[in-house]
Amino acid sequence: MSTAELLGKDPGWIIAVKALIVFIICVVATLMAVWTERRVLAKMQLRTGPNRVGKFGLLQSLSDGVKLALKEDIIPAAADKVVFILAPIIATSMCFMAFAVIPMTGVVNLFGHQTALQLTDLPVGVLYILAVTSIGVYGVVLAGWSSGSTYPLLGGLRSSAQVISYEIAMGLSLVAVFIYAGSMSTSAIVDSQHQNIWNAVVLFPSFVIYLISMVGETNRAPFDLAEAEGELVGGFHTEYSSLKFALFFLAEYVNIIAVSALATTLFLGGYHAPPGLGFTEQWLGGWFTFVWFITKVNLFFFIFMWLRATLPRLRYDQFMKFGWKVLIPASLVWILIVATLRVLQQQGANRVVTIAFAGGVALLLMAVSSLTDRSKKVSRAPLAQGESPEFPVPSLPHLSSISVTGGQK
Amino acid sequence: MTDFIEPRKSSELGINSVPFIEVAQPGAAPLLEQAKGFWVTFSSMFKKNQTVQYPDVKAPTAPRFHGRHQLNRHPDGLEKCIGCELCAWACPADAIYVEGGDNTPGNQLSPGERNGAVYQINYLRCIFCGLCVEACPTRALTMTNEYELADDKREKLIFEKEDLLAPLRQGMLAPPHPMYPGMTDTNYYNGEVTQAHPSQQEQN
Repeated sequence: MSTAELLGKDPGWIIAVKALIVFIICVVATLMAVWTERRVLAKMQLRTGPNRVGKFGLLQSLSDGVKLALKEDIIPAAADKVVFILAPIIATSMCFMAFAVIPMTGVVNLFGHQTALQLTDLPVGVLYILAVTSIGVYGVVLAGWSSGSTYPLLGGLRSSAQVISYEIAMGLSLVAVFIYAGSMSTSAIVDSQHQNIWNAVVLFPSFVIYLISMVGETNRAPFDLAEAEGELVGGFHTEYSSLKFALFFLAEYVNIIAVSALATTLFLGGYHAPPGLGFTEQWLGGWFTFVWFITKVNLFFFIFMWLRATLPRLRYDQFMKFGWKVLIPASLVWILIVATLRVLQQQGANRVVTIAFAGGVALLLMAVSSLTDRSKKVSRAPLAQGESPEFPVPSLPHLSSISVTGGQK
Repeated sequence: MTDFIEPRKSSELGINSVPFIEVAQPGAAPLLEQAKGFWVTFSSMFKKNQTVQYPDVKAPTAPRFHGRHQLNRHPDGLEKCIGCELCAWACPADAIYVEGGDNTPGNQLSPGERNGAVYQINYLRCIFCGLCVEACPTRALTMTNEYELADDKREKLIFEKEDLLAPLRQGMLAPPHPMYPGMTDTNYYNGEVTQAHPSQQEQN
């Protein structure tokens, strides 16, 4: 019985209970994620992090949330009131909706009912997630636009440009998964990985492209240009305060968890145990699969934190160049290769033909990369003592004057 | 006839005609070099962190840290401050207020003729430069390592003489009391008085 059939038998109250559970998971996960991020980042910077509120500071984000909610709520005079209020609601509700199609457990017993912890199973589940997260971008754009202020506007524009650019790369990286799984349904993709091997192994380039674009998609360091503190104050949420700001905060973290959950589902075998530990899936009446799911999501979340601790923010043009000139062409080429291999496989082609094709592609790539490498190498001979370089430089101890003639010697 | 002068464009002046050439940028570092940064942050997680849990744990200051002032005493308990106001004059922030007073036979606060009757330091103004300490001719004023000087009222941060005076130690006697018999203020400054006179101690 497929997951779709299983979920189709859910009575209304079970669906309501599951919706509540999914909501609670998202909110609690956000609270824990904020705490975890602050603690882990602190550890990476030789600090301690929040450790005052509750045991190990576990309640820190809860108290921060209460504090935020109790703060004065300011709506700027220049703001477009309706849109200003609507924007955080759009941003938050959309990222919660993405969780509806994420399979979090295998078959489990929920209040005496055989079901899976997945709200619904659409045949186009992954497309649905992409669509819903795209609508979430409206929240950011509208927030920036309706604030009636320059920095939020710039932040909102940056953010939308960024998310749209990286969503293309993200969508393309998912195409390879669709080709391999033969389905766009999240549960079917999980099943296909369970029968074969994790997509992260077979479709490693797709996995890497997805990892990069999911960071761009969620506006996180090193791609957090939308809220670059040094340039744009707070970015699109500069003018927001109190509960509305808290909603954006919540949306950001739910978004991170959502893309991590999607990465888990599409590339790391979803809620299934890693190979060799399959016996654990029967523990706790199947609920142990949820532990595996959470573990994998946390793995991705750790990558987010690790990136934030390590890398400086990109310059905007470098960032866009990377998205359009590297990620998108690379994933297009990769899709061509995957599609060709898949068709060869389906038409029962000779193994030699397949290997020859793969080898040919690899050789081609190596040739192209070595050619581009060679053209890049411009070696400059070290300057003789007393000679000035061809470009303007600040005066050096052995140079009396600055050359501004630029190559016209 | 008009005296309006058309401003010349910068391109006509030729000030922007410096030819620029593209400078070769250092390319991206090899992948392994870039990965080193990730190792730095990852390995930091397992190192001892540098945070001092401040209100619970207080790290000692440097020995010569400029903290709250202290008005010292001679070994017999008399105050060293003679009310000369040199500290107040030396203070660049005008944080010190001193009123000198006369020592009388019944009210001997310090050796010699004069004492500091009123001594206030305003810690809202003090910049902890230590010029007052340098100015003090009797080493009456020194600085402690105490740095917790925050409070919730401005008035509380104007420290009076009682707040600044050093505590009475072994062999000291709370002034006012007469000088050590047979000793002059010069003897006091030369450190020849080592404790309060036994007869005075018995009185207490």
